[in-house]
Amino acid sequence: MSEEQIKNSWTEHSRSLEKEFDARIARDEKIEPKDWMPEKYRQTHIRQMSQHAHSEIVGMLPEGNWITRAPSLRRKVALLAKVQDEAGHGLYLYSATETLGISRDEMYEQLHTGKAKYSSIFNYPTLTWADMGAIGWLVDGAAIINQVPLCNTSYGPYARAMIRVCKEESFHQRQGYEIMMKLANGTPEQKEMAQDALNRWWWPSLMMLGPTDDKSVHTAQSMKWKLKRKTNDELRQQFIDQTVPQADLIGLTIPDPDLKWNEERGSYDFGEIDWDEFWQVVKGHGPMNKARMKARVDAWERGEWVRNAAMAHAEKKANRKQKQAV
Amino acid sequence: MKNEHLYNYILGIADNSLILGQRMGELCGHGPTLETDIACTNISLDLFGQVRSYFQYAAKIAGDGRTEDDIAMLRKERDYKNVLLAEQPNTNFAYTIGRQFLFDVYHLAFLAELQKSSDLTLSVIANKCIKEVSYHERFSSDWVKRLGDGTEESNQKMQEAINDLWTYTDELFHQTEADKVMVEEGIGVDVTKLKVNYYKSVSELLEEATLKTPESKWFQKGGKQGIHTEHLGYLLADLQFMQRAYPNMEW
Repeated sequence: MSEEQIKNSWTEHSRSLEKEFDARIARDEKIEPKDWMPEKYRQTHIRQMSQHAHSEIVGMLPEGNWITRAPSLRRKVALLAKVQDEAGHGLYLYSATETLGISRDEMYEQLHTGKAKYSSIFNYPTLTWADMGAIGWLVDGAAIINQVPLCNTSYGPYARAMIRVCKEESFHQRQGYEIMMKLANGTPEQKEMAQDALNRWWWPSLMMLGPTDDKSVHTAQSMKWKLKRKTNDELRQQFIDQTVPQADLIGLTIPDPDLKWNEERGSYDFGEIDWDEFWQVVKGHGPMNKARMKARVDAWERGEWVRNAAMAHAEKKANRKQKQAV
Repeated sequence: MKNEHLYNYILGIADNSLILGQRMGELCGHGPTLETDIACTNISLDLFGQVRSYFQYAAKIAGDGRTEDDIAMLRKERDYKNVLLAEQPNTNFAYTIGRQFLFDVYHLAFLAELQKSSDLTLSVIANKCIKEVSYHERFSSDWVKRLGDGTEESNQKMQEAINDLWTYTDELFHQTEADKVMVEEGIGVDVTKLKVNYYKSVSELLEEATLKTPESKWFQKGGKQGIHTEHLGYLLADLQFMQRAYPNMEW
């Protein structure tokens, strides 16, 4: 066979593989790590899944900020458990991503050098205790809306990880709302603290659902691979329609003067989102981007001698065992 | 208070878990690996769970309307009865592990005895805690071995931490007034009897970890009487912040 013929036959082979691959996804079959997959599918999943894992890890920081200052022992224990859950989510999302042929160290490297992104919401500061409530209620609430469809996504390890993540996130969301409810029903000072947190977290939470559909670059491909089932704008509307009555119930006011029930659409109309702010934060210039990244890089660098020691010790132990066997 | 000795005795036990739990909680999100981060948070979580059991019992004994949170967060700095070891800072991971290890070996032996307490509540709490603490002890011992018998750098760092923290170990075996009364009543643990085995276990593990057991006989004391190191004030500033800034509110 000539070189040309080999090339042609290879191209044909890939095409038929890809056709079969698309058909499997259309039949709602799961793609597993050892199955053939198009390179673009692999890369897209590495990008999205590692970004998701990084968000869990960076997301530990704003809430970790209040562990030592939680107002009661019960709240402290719940917050510790919550942040620990996030570390757990990070751990199995990194592991799921590793099945695509990238190591956790490589993913960290991408995070630390700014090549990989994480959810922009964590670049806002947590200023008061009420922020623990607002994050649980709004940020985890928006995350769930983004993530529930992923329990049925096409890549098996991701879908299975997400089933567990979503269960825990929904618990976190209720816990956050309960914190807000307690504050809203508390003293005037507590209620003010809750309202202030809602004011600061509302708009960034809406931005979490991503750019508007006309600006979203990955939607079509992601829909095909079931990384997405609804568009950003649909998800945002769903989040708003679900959250507004919850705010009403505890007597807090959504900070949007244009928010109004639209009888005809059966949905809320809402005001203009400040997309300049969104892009500023995405591009690294939010209030806490630098501090968050510094905290991660510092932890990594300060931990280097510890990781080296663990490796050296494991090696020594293995050598001793081998010698004994001989 | 009718049962003041019992109340003080419980605080003496619980404050160790409270202050150490607070220290471990500081690390959440900043560990050297994700796995150790989760483990340290878990230890913190266990310790605070224990604190709640103890303080809920102490609040019942006090019977003056104070809650577990009032006892945990609204005492003056001189009224905290934890050992000095527990409040030492997270200077680096070797200090974190060293502090945990030196406390865990004691804590495990202490709880084994407390399980035999004639006070049913304390015996039940000890029985629940000992399962968690035996895991803590395994975790911290394993890490002392890894760091001691790891690289030259880690060996030095671990040795330095053990040397510095050693001065706080003797206090673990000091008896307070409440201790003596409680031992007499069959409720408390005679900590003086734990000392010999403690130093034996610790030395054996240090040797396995290729570390030297410090020879210094100069020890610090005072925590149990509320005379602390300068570190405690800052720790309490965080711990008490919300309760002090927003008094008499529910959270």
